[in-house]
Amino acid sequence: MALRQTSEALAPVRASSPLKIWALRHVSTCIGALGRLAKQPFANFMTILVIAVTLAVPAAMHLMIKNAQSISGKLENALDFSVYLVADTTIDEAKNLANIIGQRADVESVVFVSAEEALAQFKEHSGFGAALDHLQGNPLPHTLVVRPSGANTAQSMTLLNEELSSLPETDLVQVDTEWVQRFLAILDMLQRAILMGGILLGVAIVVVIGNTIRLDIQNRREEIEVTKLIGATNAFVRRPFLYTGLWYGLGGGLLALGLVAYGLYALDEPITRLAGLYNSSFRALALDLRESLTIVGVGVLLGLTGSWIAAARHMRRIEPR
Amino acid sequence: MIRLEGVTKRFPNGQEALKGLTLSVDDGEMVFVTGHSGAGKSTLLRLIALIERPTSGQVIVDGQNTRQVSRRKIPAYRRQIGMVFQDHKLLYDRPVFDNVALPLIIAGVGHRDAARKVRAALDQVGLLTKERQFPETLSSGEQQRVGIARAIVSRPKLLIADEPTGNLDPDLSLEVMRIFRRFNEVGVTLLIASHDIALIDQLGCRRIALEDGTLQQQEDEDPVAEYVERFEAEKEREQWL
Repeated sequence: MALRQTSEALAPVRASSPLKIWALRHVSTCIGALGRLAKQPFANFMTILVIAVTLAVPAAMHLMIKNAQSISGKLENALDFSVYLVADTTIDEAKNLANIIGQRADVESVVFVSAEEALAQFKEHSGFGAALDHLQGNPLPHTLVVRPSGANTAQSMTLLNEELSSLPETDLVQVDTEWVQRFLAILDMLQRAILMGGILLGVAIVVVIGNTIRLDIQNRREEIEVTKLIGATNAFVRRPFLYTGLWYGLGGGLLALGLVAYGLYALDEPITRLAGLYNSSFRALALDLRESLTIVGVGVLLGLTGSWIAAARHMRRIEPR
Repeated sequence: MIRLEGVTKRFPNGQEALKGLTLSVDDGEMVFVTGHSGAGKSTLLRLIALIERPTSGQVIVDGQNTRQVSRRKIPAYRRQIGMVFQDHKLLYDRPVFDNVALPLIIAGVGHRDAARKVRAALDQVGLLTKERQFPETLSSGEQQRVGIARAIVSRPKLLIADEPTGNLDPDLSLEVMRIFRRFNEVGVTLLIASHDIALIDQLGCRRIALEDGTLQQQEDEDPVAEYVERFEAEKEREQWL
């Protein structure tokens, strides 16, 4: 009896299709790593929380910039055009033109500023009052200050600008976009600063995960030695640790999304109130799908990187004694 | 199956564990390596398992010169050999079944196939009913049998064991040796390091005696003492069988 069983057990070990085994092995290691994390929920949650906060900070700052850009974009559409008329336009012609322009649907109001008024204002505000007295005649043209209606988009603003410029009476159309441009430049700079800060924080995540995995490897040193002793490859021994890193990164990324969403939810009411004070229906923008996926993806990537570095550094040194 | 030619192993501290050792073990043999601690038994087994490499000389296992096994190929090489350790080297965080299945998982054996192999191996060592238990709940002898089941589950042609009965009482030791004997009967080559000479003589297997890193000289042995030892062993054997 015993002999028959022995010979049955002695039949050569047959492996199934390599791809199937490969996939099965990965799935079971992946789930196994999750199960192992679940055994120490508190400690592992702390690690995930650190990663989540580290990811949430640049994500939240990116969101702030994105909202500021959207506000300034709206402001840009609410700017006045200064239409300087050619020098020989009469006051009547200018007033007539102001009426015509004022009837356009994309224009809210037109204010006529005569050359005399303009000179008086200039003398008052420029500080060149005395010098200007010596001028013969008035070098300033009549001006129409055109305020576009709020419904304009960037395209219709460009169109309005072009149409005003092509009028025969028009000498020059000027839009006071300078401060908006400066503001946008500041936002641009901040965005780069966030990117650089984000890279540093990413390095921090790699270090945190790498360190956690290193401790995990040290705690499981004996197990690694035994599995190597019975013929496990480095890749086999490394795999569960890589999946652990992946879970940390994925958990951290998802929790970061949660933190950002919660922050937005908490700020929603005050933002609506503030916007209401400005008669604006502004609502803060949330992270879109692409941004959300990026955050989770970055988390996963950093998790894998951290665990890979730790595994590569420490696994090789653990050999059976 | 195993051939050593002039193998010397010198450790970094200058100590020579093996000194020009030459020996061979045929296919299907069951051979014991004896000697005092420090005689080089463990080093011999470690060279065969490629845990250590010889300082000089050749170690040839199943026609393969271990010198030609690169670092990367060591895992595949080790999978061809079953290994049993004095301290069992089980993984205590998982049940008996998973411990025995480990070599199959490493080798990438399909799940159903693996389960069948594991049960067959556990049946061999008489632990079929304990597959769900954790190693801590088992006696030392049972743990050693789990270690043996793990060593044979992927059907190696060669099994090496370092003091497999070192921690066991005589009854359990004999039980373990009987299990080894059964494997030998179906063609497995066994190389077992042990200092339990009485037990070895009961089994009547070939003995390689090491002394100070080399083969013990026959003429060094006291013929009378040897005769007495044999006689005692024979008597004991009759008792057992």
